[in-house]
Order: sequence, then structure tokens, then C-alpha cells
Amino acid sequence: MLLATSILAFGLATGAQAKTLVYCLEGSPEGFDPALYTAGTTFDASSKPVYNRLVEFERGTTNVIPGLAESWETSDDGLTYTFKLRPGVKFHTTDYFTPTRDLNADDVIFSFDRQRVESDPYFSYVDGASWEYFDGMSMPDLIDSIEKVDDLTVAFHLKRPEAPFLANLAMDFASIMSKEYADQLAANGQMTDLNQKPLGTGPFQFVAYQPDAVIRYKAFDDYWGGRQAIDDLVFAITVDNAVRLQKLLAGECHIMPYPNPADVQALKDNPDINVMEQQGLNVGYLAYNAQMPPFDNPKVRKALNMTINKQAILDAVFQGAGQAAKNPIPPTMWSYNEDIVDDDYDLEAAKAMLEAEGVSDLKMKIWAMPVQRPYNPNARRMAEIMQADLAKIGVEAEIVSYEWGEYLEKAKDVKRDGAVLLGWTGDNGDPDNFLAVLLGCDGVGGSNRAQWCNEEFEKLIQDAKVTSNHAERENLYRQAQVVFKREAPWATIAHSVVFMPMRNGVKGYIMDPLGGHWFDGVDIEE
Amino acid sequence: MLRFLLNRIGLLIPTFVGVSIVSFAFIRLLPGDPILLLAGERGVSPERYAELEERFGFDRPLIVQYLDYLWGILHGDLGTSIVTKRPVLGEFLTLFPATLELSICAIGLAVLVGIPAGIFAAVRRGSLIDQSIMGTALVGYSMPIFWWGLLLIVLFSGVLQWTPVSGRISLLYYFPSVTGFMLIDSALSGEPGAFRSAVSHLILPTIVLATIPLAVIARQTRSAMLEVLSEDYVRTARAKGLPPWRVIGLHALRNALILVVTVIGLQVGVALAGAILTETIFSWPGVGKWMVDSVFKRDYPVVQGGLLLIAGIVMIVNLLVDLLYGLINPRIRHR
Repeated sequence: MLLATSILAFGLATGAQAKTLVYCLEGSPEGFDPALYTAGTTFDASSKPVYNRLVEFERGTTNVIPGLAESWETSDDGLTYTFKLRPGVKFHTTDYFTPTRDLNADDVIFSFDRQRVESDPYFSYVDGASWEYFDGMSMPDLIDSIEKVDDLTVAFHLKRPEAPFLANLAMDFASIMSKEYADQLAANGQMTDLNQKPLGTGPFQFVAYQPDAVIRYKAFDDYWGGRQAIDDLVFAITVDNAVRLQKLLAGECHIMPYPNPADVQALKDNPDINVMEQQGLNVGYLAYNAQMPPFDNPKVRKALNMTINKQAILDAVFQGAGQAAKNPIPPTMWSYNEDIVDDDYDLEAAKAMLEAEGVSDLKMKIWAMPVQRPYNPNARRMAEIMQADLAKIGVEAEIVSYEWGEYLEKAKDVKRDGAVLLGWTGDNGDPDNFLAVLLGCDGVGGSNRAQWCNEEFEKLIQDAKVTSNHAERENLYRQAQVVFKREAPWATIAHSVVFMPMRNGVKGYIMDPLGGHWFDGVDIEE
Repeated sequence: MLRFLLNRIGLLIPTFVGVSIVSFAFIRLLPGDPILLLAGERGVSPERYAELEERFGFDRPLIVQYLDYLWGILHGDLGTSIVTKRPVLGEFLTLFPATLELSICAIGLAVLVGIPAGIFAAVRRGSLIDQSIMGTALVGYSMPIFWWGLLLIVLFSGVLQWTPVSGRISLLYYFPSVTGFMLIDSALSGEPGAFRSAVSHLILPTIVLATIPLAVIARQTRSAMLEVLSEDYVRTARAKGLPPWRVIGLHALRNALILVVTVIGLQVGVALAGAILTETIFSWPGVGKWMVDSVFKRDYPVVQGGLLLIAGIVMIVNLLVDLLYGLINPRIRHR
């Protein structure tokens, strides 16, 4: 009897205890207005827990599904997108703001106008405000106007048809804020609080931020998607990955991102830890300068691609946390063409091909990035492996490097001498975000580091951009990958693999191919 | 004494101007453009670049930028971070108490352990104890801080589970910050166990940050004591039949301390510099980690403002040491 009473009492006590999930965040957010920034860490701390967007990426995929808009229509000419908002969506009630109304079209218009209309008081509400992603995704050139049709209907009028527009609206910068809250802040002369005390419609509401230490959120009781199973969400900022690991092992956090690849095996062997993994939405490549001889000859580029020992690179540079790349887009992205056959690692054939093209005593430069990126953890080592293989077929490669900002800038030069190691991480899960940005003719002298402009490829990606039929777009992008492989402006090297270790009690976590970290739908069973 | 004080304060002004020039120039001498780094792989069009350059004021001549910066300093405005878009001074003031708390604890530990260890080693000169203390000090002095911190975490937090891994207090506790000093705030909060948690979080970072200052203070105390112990007046005191604790504690130590106090003052600068690594390892939310991040992002206003403020604090500490020096050694203040 006593035992039964004790068990019951214990059960009640634990049942009544708040469920707190602790995530060891890898850095500090720059602020809490996601549209002002570009860092994933900032998005993880702001847009993902606190806000929603009109449309969202379906968790675990890059498919676009309804968010705050329960449905939408596209006009036949592809120039107007009309969104029907979900009725009864509440904004958070916090100790700094109590909303008096539900979400409506004014909030949507405010969220975009502050990024595009210079006369909007919020356009430059913090010193040095710049709307990096909104501008970066060419939204100012694309959006003609935003119209409030009625309280729950908003229409976006575009200047030209653009199929990836919908995916752009699922990005962090497109998070929907409360106009009522912004107006109150403006009236009280506290506009900068919009960036420090976020308030949205998302699954968690902001509680407090102690800079560089901890961010606290709690479950939003009136969340339109249903209240979360966990009560409190805590982000413990822990910069060093060895320390994050120790915190996870000691049970001081439940989940940690970005473990050191060398620690992954030990984590997998630990019975208390579950390691999830997924291919990152990225690609690491070597871009030739397709305007400079002899690299203007596709056969020369193809021959050089055959000297790259991807397996050796995966072992030495990625330490198992990578996968060989054959296409310029990652396998998790829709329209990935799995039928493409990768170039063999064949030094003899490469040598013969170069000779057949009349290229001998070739000297070239390989540019190695000075920084670690997810798509290339050690560019110098990668360049050395390439250099050694090139030497075997008589190509003398010199490795060069510059400070990161300078590297990115110099690599844009159409007269650049040498092939550049670089990569890309996807923004919106749309193939256009890789193929047009990195290989389109508009990007020559800019983000197209291969300085490659191919008429056939360009037509395919431009057609895909203005077609709203998904199957048709998919077909066009698959064809574009065939042209890419034949013309070989890059040597595609690898896609990284992302690991996510967590304590065994964590349930319902889904990895995001876009690299974000989401905690709605997550529960803990201790 | 007043003249001595005015003289020392007068010296601060040119030093401060010098520091402002160095801090302004230092970050600009490093290769790297904050706008390009901000844009990353995505890049930035020439028009956009020009627009941002104008917004941040980088398009103006360097001398104009410097004078503007100096003018801002005189008005208590250190500018706004390019990355976080928040005022530099505000960010500094939020984070500095954490660094100060850690530094005070570390210097306190270094003094409390270093001086007795140095005295002990001097008194037992040449003995096994002396050699052990000085050997340990040498190891401590040469220890790579990052490795040392991780070693302690793995041992005490990982294997033995005696101390928490990182942070300032357990995440279970949440109370508003009153002073910014976690020891005080946790005691004021009235939450049971909070103060204990704050102390347990301080142990490892304090040991790591104290390691180098402790080694230096112990070595310096030993050599200062050895020098003083061979002086005539110490021999006279001994000859008078004074008990050894009086000879060492009163006659010798007071004179030896003159040198040691200077060293302690200098160690404050060392501790603030060491805090950069210690804070990174222990996820300690202080100015060290903030500065490192800013250097990587070439956040000019933060780096120059942060350097200036830290240098200013070290200068003030050294001024206090000079004054203390004057109090301990009357010959200096009358010079």
C-alpha cells in the first residue's frame, strides 16, 4: 500500500514537472528578426521556433506545404499569387505584448513592406539594417505590389513569372510578424525591440535571451498547429564542438548539432545516444574557368575530372561524413538525375584524352579556400590530393589561397587564372537556387565561378524558371544535369553528411534537408 | 602624493589616444572586408556593395572615419555592430560582468595560492618542495590553455562528473540579472541551490584562467623573497631572535610584496587576454568570446570598441597598482 502510494506520488510529481528540452546551440544568434540576417544559427533561434510563414517546407523534405496560408492560387500568366490566410491564428501573448486581434492580411503586408518599401518606418529600424536574403533572392525586382484583397486574403503581383517564388516564401526572411506589435513598439519609441523581443505565431514563444549564454522559450498554448508536448525549450549556447559533446554525454543537453566527424563513431557506439544522419543540401566543387584556354575545351575539363580520386577525398577530407557528388545538385533535392553516370577515376584515360586534345605540359592553379565549410571541411588537403593525382598525368598544379573575402571576390573575375574550390548550400530547396545561381549566364562574373555560359543549359533553366507545372520543371532540370555532365564546367566533388546526435529519450525529431533545426513535434521520454 | 596621482593620470591621456589609434588600425590592417564576409558565397553586386559601404561609412577616408570614431568615443558612442546591429557599448556592458567575475576569481585564486607557494618555496630553497612547486609552476606557465581546459572538462565533468561542463549556472535556474555577477545574483535570487550551482560552474574556468597568473606569481614571489631574505635587515631581525614567522611574514614579505604587486597588476591584463580562450572553452558569456567572433567577422566597430574598452580597463588597473605601489613604497611617491 505504502509502495503503491509512493509510486503514485512520484508519478504525479514527475507528471506535473515541466518538460524541458535543452539544445546545445553552436553559436549566438545575431538578433531575432530573421530578415536582417543570413546565418542558420540566427534562423534556428528566431524564425523556426517563434515564427511561421505563409507556406512552409514539409518537415524532412523541400516540398512546399500550407503554413499561415491554408491555400493559394496562381494566375494563368504566373504573375499573381493569391493566398487565403488561416482564420483564427493567434499571436503570442507575452509580458511585453498582448495582442488584441488574430493574424490578418495587414501582418503579411507589413512583414514584406518593411523589407521593400524605403518609406516604411521599419525599413531601417536598426543601424545598418539590410535585408540580405530579401535582396539576395531578387525579391525587390520581382514583387510589383502586395494587395490586401480582404482581411484574410493577400495577393502578390509579380513583375515576371517565377516558379521558385513560392519556395522563397517558405524561407526564413519571409516570416510573418505582428503589425500590431510593431506599431506599439513604434509608438513607444522601442522599434529595435522587434529585433530583440520577437513575437510571432510559432510553436514556441520567446521568454528571455542572456547574450552568448542561453535562450529560453516556452510552448505557445494557443498555437494553431496544437500545443507542443514539451513545455520549455532552452538553447544553451556552446561554441566548441568538443564541449558540446561533453555536455551531451553528461546529460546537460538533449540534442547537439555539428559533432566533430571523428567523434561520430564513438557516439554511435554509445547506448545512451542516438545519432541521426542526413545528406546536407549542399555541393562542393572545383570550378574551372571555362573562358580561359585550354579550360574552354569541355574535353580538357572532362579529362581533368577523371583525375579526381573522390574516394580518397571522402576518406581524408570528409572522414566519412560525405558522399561523392556526380551532379551539381544534391540527391535530396527534387529533380536530381540519378541516371547520370559519374566520370571514372582513370588517370591513363585522362592522360590520353589530354594528349588527343593536343594539351601537354599543362600548368594550372588550384585555389584552396582558407576556411572550413560544410561542403568542404579542408580545402587545402583536398587541393593537395588533386595536385598529387594531376602530377601523375604530367599536369603541374600550384595551390593558391587568399583571405576568405578576397578569395570570394577574386574568384568572380572572368579572367581568373586557375580552378576554384568552392561550394554552395541551398536556400530554398529549389533546383533553380543551384543551377541558375551557380551556372546561369547571368552569374558569369559573379556567382558563376566557372564563367560558363552554355546556350542549351541556359534555355533549359530559364524555361524551368517560368513554368509552374512541377513535372515539367522536373523534366527540364533533369535534362540540364545531362548537359552539365557532358560539358563539365565543374568537377563535382562531394555532398556532406550531417550528423545529429541526441539522447535516447528524444522522440519525434526530424532532420531538415535545408539544415535548419526545428523542435515542434519533439518530445522527451526520460 | 597628489602630484604623483596627477602625473599618472596625465600619462593615461596619450596612452588612451595611442590605444584608440592602434585599435582602429589593427582590424583594418588585417586582410578581409566585412561586407564581403557578411555576404559569403552568395556574393554582393557592385551597386549593393557601394550602398552597404556608404551605410557603414567605409567609403569615407580613413582619417575621417577615425576622427568620427574618436568623436563618438568622447560622446560615449562606440558605434553599432555590423553583424548584430546593436550598440557596441551596450553589448560590452551586458557581457563584461561575466568576464570580470571570472577574472576576479582567477586572480584571487592565483594570489591566494601563488604567494604562499612562492614564500614556501623561497624559505625551503633547494629542497624537494621548492623544486616541486617551481616545476609545477613551469608546467602551469607553459600549459596550452585550450588543451588544459578540455582535459579538466573530460576528467572532472565527463569521467568523475563532479563539476558541470560549461555555462555559468544550471539551466534549471532562471532569474533576472541584477548585478550581472552570477554569484551575487544567484545569492539574491533566493532560489535554493542556485548559489551552489553558480559556484560549481565557476570552479573549472577559474582554475584554467588562474593557471598562468598563479605560476607567474609563485615564481615572482619566490625570487622576490629570496632577494629580500638575503638582505642585512632580515639577518639583523633574525639575530635579534625574532620568531621566523615574524621575520618572514613582516620584515621580508612586506618588502617582497612591492615587486609582487606589480606582477599581480600585470596579470590582470594576462587574465583578461586569457579569458578569450577560457570563455570559448567553457561557453562563458563574456567579452573574450565576443571579441573573437568579431575578429573573424571583421566587425570593425566591435573589435575597435572592445579593444579600447579592455585596454582602458587594463590601464586603470595599472594606475591603481601604481598608486598601491606608492602606498607600499614611500620612496616612489616622493620621487
